[in-house]
This record gives sequence, C-alpha cells and structure tokens, in this order.
Amino acid sequence: MILGFIEHDRGTLNKASLEMLTLARRLGSVEAVVIGRKGATITHELKQYGISKVHLVVHDQLDDYAPTAWAKSLTQLATSLQVEAILASGSERGNEVMAQAAAIMNLPLATNCVDVVLRESDYIVTRLRWGGSLVEEARLSGKPKLLSVAQHVFAAEETLSEDLVIVEQEVDLNDKDFRVRVTERVENESEGVSLTTARVIVSGGRGVGSSEGFDKLEELAQLIDGAVGCSRVVTNKGWRPHSDQVGQTGTRVAPDLYIACGISGAIQHWVGCKAAKKILVINTDAEAPIVQKADYVVIADLHEIVPAIIAAIRAL
Amino acid sequence: MNILVCIKRVPAPGRSIILSEDKQEIITRNLGFTISPHEECAIEEALRIKEKNGGSVTVLTLGPDTAVEQLRQAMAQGVDEAILLQTDGKEWDPMATSKAIADAIADKDFDLLLFGNESADSGGYQVGSRVAFAKDFPFLSGVKSLHVAEGKAIASREALHAREIYEIDLPAAISVKEGINLPRYPSLPGRMRARRKEITILKPAPISGGPEKLQLRVPQGEENQVEVLGYGVEAVPRVMEVLQELNFC
Ligand SMILES: Cc1cc2nc3c(=O)[nH]c(=O)nc-3n(C[C@H](O)[C@H](O)[C@H](O)COP(=O)(O)OP(=O)(O)OC[C@H]3O[C@@H](n4cnc5c(N)ncnc54)[C@H](O)[C@@H]3O)c2cc1C
Ligand SMILES: Nc1ncnc2c1ncn2[C@@H]1O[C@H](COP(=O)(O)O)[C@@H](O)[C@H]1O
Repeated sequence: MILGFIEHDRGTLNKASLEMLTLARRLGSVEAVVIGRKGATITHELKQYGISKVHLVVHDQLDDYAPTAWAKSLTQLATSLQVEAILASGSERGNEVMAQAAAIMNLPLATNCVDVVLRESDYIVTRLRWGGSLVEEARLSGKPKLLSVAQHVFAAEETLSEDLVIVEQEVDLNDKDFRVRVTERVENESEGVSLTTARVIVSGGRGVGSSEGFDKLEELAQLIDGAVGCSRVVTNKGWRPHSDQVGQTGTRVAPDLYIACGISGAIQHWVGCKAAKKILVINTDAEAPIVQKADYVVIADLHEIVPAIIAAIRAL
Repeated sequence: MNILVCIKRVPAPGRSIILSEDKQEIITRNLGFTISPHEECAIEEALRIKEKNGGSVTVLTLGPDTAVEQLRQAMAQGVDEAILLQTDGKEWDPMATSKAIADAIADKDFDLLLFGNESADSGGYQVGSRVAFAKDFPFLSGVKSLHVAEGKAIASREALHAREIYEIDLPAAISVKEGINLPRYPSLPGRMRARRKEITILKPAPISGGPEKLQLRVPQGEENQVEVLGYGVEAVPRVMEVLQELNFC
C-alpha cells in the first residue's frame, strides 16, 4: 500500500496534494493520511480522487502546523501500516515534512520526482535538479520508499472512489516534537495583481539600468493590467524587492504573456518563466539566449521602445 | 553566538547545460563556480547576527579541494573560520553528505546552524534537516526573516495567504531562502585577510546512503517558432497587433 500525505493548512486543502495522488495511483493502491483534527474537513474531497480510506491522525497538541510532529506522525503510521512508500507533494511543507521523516527513519528521500518506474524492489525515479533545467534518474531503495512529487507536472485527475472510510489514528508524540510550531500568523493584506495570478508580466533585467528605469515598466504593466517581474541581477542591485524575482530562487510564473525587457535568459531565469503561454522579448542583442526561446522578439533599446509602446496604447 | 553556515560549490551555467559523456556531471570546462543564492543569504544572515550578538561564524563545505574558493569568498565577506570536508570530486548523496557534516561538528558547540533552503544543483531539500536530526536540534526551513535574541530565534516564512511566525529555542538549525537579506560584497581588505586565513581540512569517508544517482538528462524543450516583430521603434505597430490579438489592449 502507498501512503499519500495530504497537506492542509488549518483545514484548507493544498491542491498540490491531489497532483501527487495522480502519480501515487500508478504505483499501487493508495490510502491517504491527513494530520490533525482540523484536517477532517478535507477528507470528503478525497473521494473524488480515488481515495477510499483516509487515516486521520489525531493528537491533543496537533493543532497548527508543526513539522517534526507531522513527520513523526507519518513515520509511526507508515510503520504500523507497513506501507510500501510515502508520497508527498514537492511543496514547501511537503518537502519539509518528508525530509524530517527521512531523517527520523534514516532512509533515502527523492524530492521533486516527475516519474517513477518499479525495478525489482527499488524505484527508479526521475527527479528535477537545478530548479527543473536538468533531470536526474536515481535509484531509490528502502522500506518505505520516500518521495515527493514535483508541483505543476501532473494534473489532479479525478476518479471517483465507491466509498470512503475515515480511520482515526492516535500517535505518540511528546513536547520535543513540538519545539517548532507556528506560533503566530499574519494574514497578507490583499495586494493588487500578483506575479502568480497576473495574466501578463512585464519583467526587467540588467538592461533596465536602474530602479528608476522600472517606472516605465510599471506604467506599461498598469496599462495592460499586469504585474512587474525582474531578474536576479535586479534584486541583487536593490532595484526591486526579491518578491518580484522570477526564476529558480524566485517565483515560478505562468502568465498568458511574459514580456522580458533587457533580460538575457540565463537558465536559472528561464525555468521561472518558461511556463508562460507566450514570451515577448525586448533586447538589444539578437544573440541573447532568450531570443531563441521566445515567441516574439523585438530587437531594440528598451528605453526607447517601452515608452513608444506606452504612447501607442494611450493613443488607442 | 557561534554560527555554522553550510554551503555547496556548484557550477554556474548560463545559457544551457552540457553533460559529460557518462551523463554523471555537467561539463564545467568553460564555467565558473558559485554557491546557491540561498546559501549566500545564509552567510550574510550569520554575519549580521554575529555583528549584533558577538561570537563567531564558521563556514563549511563538503566538496573537492577546489571548493576552498567558495570558503575564501565567504571569509572575505567576514566569516571567521572555514572547514573543508574534502571529497575526490564526485557528488555525494544527501545521506552521505549529512552524515559527514554531522560527524565533523559532533563535538563542536554551535548555537545556530544555517543552511540554504535547497542546494542549487541537487535540490534535495534535506541535508539541513538530517544534520539537525543528528544534532537533536529543532529545524525549520524556508525562512524569510530571522531575529535572534535571548536564546531564541524568531523566524518567519511565507504561507499561501499569510506569514507564519515561529519561535524556536536555541540551539537550532534553520534553512533560509533568498530575499531574507541582500548579501554584502567582500571588501578589498576582507579579501586580503581571507587569503591568509587557515582552512581546516578533513577527509571523511562516504557512507552508502541514497538516493543513488544513475544519470543526468537535459529535458527536451518544446519546439517554438520565433517571430521577429521588428527592430527599434519601428516594431511598435506589430507589437500593438500582438497585444491586441492576445486581448491586452
Ligand atoms: C543557483 C542560481 C540561481 C539563480 N536564480 C535566479 C533566479 O531565480 N532568477 C534570475 O533571474 N536569475 C537567477 N540566477 C542568475 C542568473 O544566472 C543570471 O545571472 C541572471 O538571470 C541574469 O540577469 P539579467 O538577464 O538581468 O542580466 P544579464 O545576463 O546581464 O543580461 C542583460 C540583458 O540585457 C540586454 N540589454 C542591455 N541593455 C539593454 C537595453 N538598453 N535594451 C534592451 N536590452 C538590453 C543585454 O543584451 C542582455 O541580454 C541564478 C543563478 C544561480 C547560479
Ligand atoms: N556538499 C555540501 N556541503 C555543505 N553543505 C551542503 C552540501 N550539500 C548541501 N548542503 C547544505 O544543505 C542545504 C540543502 O541541500 P540539499 O539537501 O542538497 O537541497 C544546502 O543549501 C547547503 O546549505
């Protein structure tokens, strides 16, 4: 049996877990585990994703998220149920809980997998490296096998299960397992258009030249209802906050249109924007790597063309 | 406050990645080397904590002898001590790496261990957590702001629609993400001093752990058609057509 770790935040399902189930079902029969009583609210949703049994881990102190306590719950359940593998989403919490479970069990862990093939008693996994610009084939052994599934690779495929049983599971946890727990939460104020939700992103790189240079990009973005993004050179120079950075160590974006102004297209930037439906490049250098990968290219000085585009839109 | 920062030397590919014939490594002949931006921020964070609280910062890497380059870079920024866990150049798996790091610091008194959220190349998301477990330290990853005082670390990180705050007793282990700070550039005197500093070199033996790397592959990009809309401001009419086709104006 495969145990699928279903993530929730105080009773709100993280949909990335459903993507994980798509891969998990290919490996065998899957049962789900949800940690903490607050997670009870999401159990019924899992029926649509082929789950007929949910293990709901209950414990007095399992209130808000606590990574070690969650990991220890997983390992205890995996041992008592003799599971073949534990799968989680390659989300922040997913990877964190799995890394702790792997440390507790002293077993290997393969993160951000995009494929799994069974070979004898091992899994041959394909996993993302370099933020997805390279993949690795690796042999994963041990019992249970521990792996996380890369996000946004699998669709959350629906398949209705006939019934749904919820089994409450008690675990043995002590104060030490709660040394790290959420002590406070500050809700984000509702922002305007954000990088992850924008339909269009106007992004700038070193070619923009200064923080003031971004004024024109802001103006263009506002006119077409978009957000502003940037490359790492820009955040490193302090022209924009890191929250605007697109790429391997920034945000992954997937807008309908990504307008890359004065960005060369280093592989670490590319992995962050390649999911865009269309890419429009504005660059003075026709040989820049991003030029070959784009859909539309304008060879021009961004300081000339961006204001000209703004003027043309205003003139409409 | 004694702080340890763990960093990993990785090639700095720019345009594309080219693999060796045996598909085990990236060809680095024409490449420079660097560390993950997350780790650069871990160094900076350690230096800031030291500046406020006193103490010392040690940087550690497990890698080939050439990884002293990254250790010296960190020392140029102000790190006091450096440890190289020297390998024969092959990449170690996360279990072997963590075991060697944990062994190397077993009898050392660190109040705080800092890691990058994930290494730039392997992205295993686990060395920090395994070292923390071996030391029996509490561990939190993905940290975007950190405040250390009176034996406690107040750390925060981003959740979907909120910021989560954690209060953790020291000693602790924490992995940080780029954006937590803006790393400083090394000063010239810093560079000069770094050249003369001692580096402790140990040669651990790898344990068998896993996952076992079989081979690397460059994923196939999708075929795309590039359309040049024009040169200079003469491209504007065509750009407008595209924006209108896509319904942006
Ligand atoms: C582990 C790791 C992680 C990284 N993570 C990220 C990440 O998350 N995001 C990221 O962006 N980078 C990341 N990087 C850095 C990355 O490798 C590049 O250094 C960076 O993306 C380059 O930024 P850039 O394109 O703005 O600058 P450059 O590479 O210097 O390119 C500038 C471009 O602007 C063009 N240009 C100059 N002037 C003009 C003008 N007036 N008009 C039009 N075009 C002009 C030039 O022709 C050139 O193509 C990472 C690197 C590493 C090693
Ligand atoms: N070879 C290494 N030497 C020193 N520290 C490392 C090494 N590999 C990983 N780390 C540390 O562990 C973090 C997470 O690595 P990983 O588990 O590979 O994603 C990195 O950001 C480093 O801080």
